[in-house]
Amino acid sequence: MSEADCVACGAAVTLHDGLETGEILDCGTCGVELEVIDVSPPVLDRAPELEEDWGE
Amino acid sequence: MEIGLLYSRIRTDEKLLLSKLRERGHGVEKIDVREASFGLDGTNAAVGDCDLVLDRCLATSRSLYATEFLDHYGVPVVNSPDTAAVCADKAKTSLALAAAGVPTPETEVAFTTDEALDVIEDFGYPCVLKPVVGSWGRLMAKIDSRTAAEAILEHKATLGHYEHKVFYVQEFVEKPGRDVRVLATDGDPVAAMTRSSDHWLTNAAKGGETAEFEVSDEVRALVEAASEAVGGGLLGVDLMEVDEVSGEYTVHEVNHTVEFKTLNGTTDVDVPATVVDWLEAKAPDGDDESGSTPESDSEVVA
Repeated sequence: MSEADCVACGAAVTLHDGLETGEILDCGTCGVELEVIDVSPPVLDRAPELEEDWGE
Repeated sequence: MEIGLLYSRIRTDEKLLLSKLRERGHGVEKIDVREASFGLDGTNAAVGDCDLVLDRCLATSRSLYATEFLDHYGVPVVNSPDTAAVCADKAKTSLALAAAGVPTPETEVAFTTDEALDVIEDFGYPCVLKPVVGSWGRLMAKIDSRTAAEAILEHKATLGHYEHKVFYVQEFVEKPGRDVRVLATDGDPVAAMTRSSDHWLTNAAKGGETAEFEVSDEVRALVEAASEAVGGGLLGVDLMEVDEVSGEYTVHEVNHTVEFKTLNGTTDVDVPATVVDWLEAKAPDGDDESGSTPESDSEVVA
């Protein structure tokens, strides 16, 4: 387990093992969606907003 | 096997696949399509050492173009750009299913609000208006009256992207509060589930409750035919029961970047393992031996 700062509210976000670049996390404090930009060291950024053509 | 994974967001589905691929010792090249560019003669995406590329793009537009370019370079990619092109567009899917004789809801397409209104009136109420491109049950409209139809059509024509001016109107199928999702690899069912809801939309993404579904011979045959109709691949085939007594079904959707995390939690089948089995067989030499994980930045030149 490690931590990184939420880019929106600055709170510490707990990172689980097996983190993947491109994965999306929720900030437990402000609720914003965060994208994992890098895992070593962990870097988070705001996740892209939902686009109309997203899906399966 | 060295496999490329095209992505722009790593969902639980992709994590399950990555975990299974690595567990079996396969090399995985994660390719973020947001950082790639595709030229007529090659790409900067690191696909050069890949035996097979798996398209898991979340954005349909990226999926369509990225697979088309990779196919142009001769890089093996699943699903194929042809399958993606058919499945990404509901009108094309309907045409492909109809051409193959696969039962599918009655559908008409119109290009103006006046003509669409006539089509809706001919269908009667309720009927359904869907965007030709979209997923997760978004922007679907069950139309119960002429006044609702007029309002929805005006909104789509005024506010929508040009694709929303392709009015895709479909009969409303009175399903028994559920539909069926079958995950299939080249038409072979891997696992299936029902999705139930009191709402007319039963998508898992809309909160539909799921339960494992035993694939009958009839459903198996329909899934195989639907898969073949759209060009095969790793697909999510959606069916509705038209008549519970006769066991008659209609196929209303085929998804080409299918999500399966919910299905994996619903069935005893190890879905990601079965998908990886299929990928191993799908790699050009059918080689299922483990490979290393080269850190490759090699560019592909067509």
